[in-house]
Amino acid sequence: MKLKRFFSVLNGAAMALLFATPAFAAAGDTPDTRADWDELWHEVLVDITVIGVIFIVAAIYMLIRFKATNPEQVGTATRLTTANAIGWALIPAAIFMADDFYLAAKGWTVWDHQRTVPENAMEVKVTGYQWYWEFEYEDGTTTDELKVPVGTPVVLRMTSDDVIHSFGLPYYRLTEDVMPGRITYIWFNPIEEVETLVTCREFCGNSHSEMFTAVEAIAPAEFEKWLAEQG
Amino acid sequence: MSTATTTHDQEAFNLKEWIFTTDHKRIGVMYLIGSMAAFAVAGMMALMMRLEQANIGAQFIETGTDYNEWLYFHGAAMILAFLIPGLTGFAANYFLPLMIGAADVAFPRINAFSIWLFYFAIVLALLSVVVPDTPDIMWTGYPPYAVTTEGNTSFYVFTVHLLGFSSILGAVNFLVTVIYMRAPGMGWNQLNIFVWTTLAAFVLQLVFIPVLAAAVTLLLFDKYLGTHFFDPAAGGDVLLYQNLFWFYSHPAVYVIFLPAVGILFEIIATMAKNQIFNYKVCVYGGIGGVVAIGGEVWIHHLYVTGMPDWLRIGMMISTLLISVPVGLIVMSLWGTLWRAAISYNVAMMYSVAMLYLIMVGGLTGIPLAMTSLTVHLSETSFIHAHFHFIMGLFSTYAVFAAVYYWFPKMTGRMADNGWARISFWLNFIGINVTFWPLFIIGPQGMPRRYWNYEMFPQFEAYHEVATVGAFLTAAGVAIMIINWITSAISGPKAPANPWNSRSLEWTHAPNPPGPGNFPEAVTVADDWTPYDYNK
Repeated sequence: MKLKRFFSVLNGAAMALLFATPAFAAAGDTPDTRADWDELWHEVLVDITVIGVIFIVAAIYMLIRFKATNPEQVGTATRLTTANAIGWALIPAAIFMADDFYLAAKGWTVWDHQRTVPENAMEVKVTGYQWYWEFEYEDGTTTDELKVPVGTPVVLRMTSDDVIHSFGLPYYRLTEDVMPGRITYIWFNPIEEVETLVTCREFCGNSHSEMFTAVEAIAPAEFEKWLAEQG
Repeated sequence: MSTATTTHDQEAFNLKEWIFTTDHKRIGVMYLIGSMAAFAVAGMMALMMRLEQANIGAQFIETGTDYNEWLYFHGAAMILAFLIPGLTGFAANYFLPLMIGAADVAFPRINAFSIWLFYFAIVLALLSVVVPDTPDIMWTGYPPYAVTTEGNTSFYVFTVHLLGFSSILGAVNFLVTVIYMRAPGMGWNQLNIFVWTTLAAFVLQLVFIPVLAAAVTLLLFDKYLGTHFFDPAAGGDVLLYQNLFWFYSHPAVYVIFLPAVGILFEIIATMAKNQIFNYKVCVYGGIGGVVAIGGEVWIHHLYVTGMPDWLRIGMMISTLLISVPVGLIVMSLWGTLWRAAISYNVAMMYSVAMLYLIMVGGLTGIPLAMTSLTVHLSETSFIHAHFHFIMGLFSTYAVFAAVYYWFPKMTGRMADNGWARISFWLNFIGINVTFWPLFIIGPQGMPRRYWNYEMFPQFEAYHEVATVGAFLTAAGVAIMIINWITSAISGPKAPANPWNSRSLEWTHAPNPPGPGNFPEAVTVADDWTPYDYNK
């Protein structure tokens, strides 16, 4: 029964973690969903690595420790008592559920940031075609690459002219499908100047792997100049 | 019983008797041969894709469509024509009736019809590779692309119809067999875990296949009859298809996963000479739990399709909760090793590898269950590596392990030799070399399904390594298959019960079992279980 007590302590620790959800970006600031994603990703990596290492080390230990010494030998595990059987079901289940809800709570917080478009966001319309992207700015200018001013959140309202595509922005840790007959959105916060790219992330035929274009966050003055040149 | 026309294996080979057989064991072997044929062709497609991806730019394709055709065949054939028939066709057919002490399945002629449908489907699938307008729609067939492409989507639809029909007949057959044909005295809590997992897989098939059949049929109508189910310009909806498709195809993951887990339990319990740890919790909580929740998580395949935000959060929670029943199954697997007496053969080596695969594959599913992480991981090589570990490799290893473990049962001979071990190490190292680089570059933005990645030159070295891994794996698998064939013909004779199992297929049936399986009718005692070693 020592193990059982050990598990209940572990379970308590997991519950404590669950209720200690840390605060994310300070109120009033526009969240940086890229940093949110990275933080959550690293926490989840630690979480699954710890679980994986515990189980794999336990397996290796048993696979060596309980090697048969002669062919006639049999295992000596005995049938669990009812109380033990229930304990070995409920306690692991409680631990797994505690971890699930802990991760779900953290994921939900990030999700709220990812899906709540800031009020001051600049809107760009995106249309996917086989096999290129088209961007339309608020003043009606259309371009084949996406440039945005640093410091202004950007919301993309996206649709497709033909088949399903997906707007994959690896730098900003975002993807959302682009479909005919539907409008989807993502938003991101360009906090520094960066030259990056969008790739298509939904299989769309022959040139799917070549459906990419530049995404650049540039200084606001430079952006105004560039946009004027496009018209 | 219609086994009167079948002959014992020592008599001369007669092709007609194999084609028209109603014997579940021969049908099982034919499922194995057919599914391994699909595996071989689909595996070659994988090698060609890896070669193409080894370096940036076109290596030997003319257009992206060539690559997309391999992509289609690799996925569709591996899942529909190898894994599902390999586990619910081959393994279930050969071993389930033996494990429950039955002379055959409940409806042997329907079983024969199932394998005929399966072979028609295999032929149709292979034909699709040589026609000029090979399908190029992935195994998922999403519209509008599947409707507007010049590829021949109908091959895909009719292959799914044939395999689905075959599986539904198989499901009814095996459910009736387990319910009515267990040996006298065999209660529900005395069944092999493999019997339970097969039962669960067939319940899922029976409930969910019709939804897939409906989805692909509507696709066929849209493409060839001019209907507009998925055409938004005429009032249709592109997401309707994805919902229908994944409503089947997520449970289909468990149709593959569960019997693979069942095989793993059989081998571990036998080689560890131990009872199953917490049997009832494993069966009712673990396997039952997967069946109960498995149908409520399909939206995680649609996390980036603009689904309502609340739905994506709800399905994030239900998807994370899958870890509870799967965790119970894992506890039982690990617990079965506790105070065991483990001996090692090649089947056990594959099983130990499966313990590793279920860990890595299962745990990498956790970030993917989280909507807020999947918005970046979606359609990257991270997800590609994840499902290859948990679905592709774990279940493929189950088929390989099953062949080695029951090889003496099926052939009367042993295949456990030096070549078997060399081929194991080659392909085990190979899969790790192939898929770990993909785990690494996925979160950095490498999309899957790309033959060209000129925008990400920094990933080229990873792709080169992965390609080397694929060829190591292929070398291992090729040696393994040759070893199976030569061992079946001229391997050393096997003892009656080489692994000292307590399960009925080893204790009561000869190697290989003749018509009717058991020389004498089997009855079991009230306190018998297939795992009572410590008595």
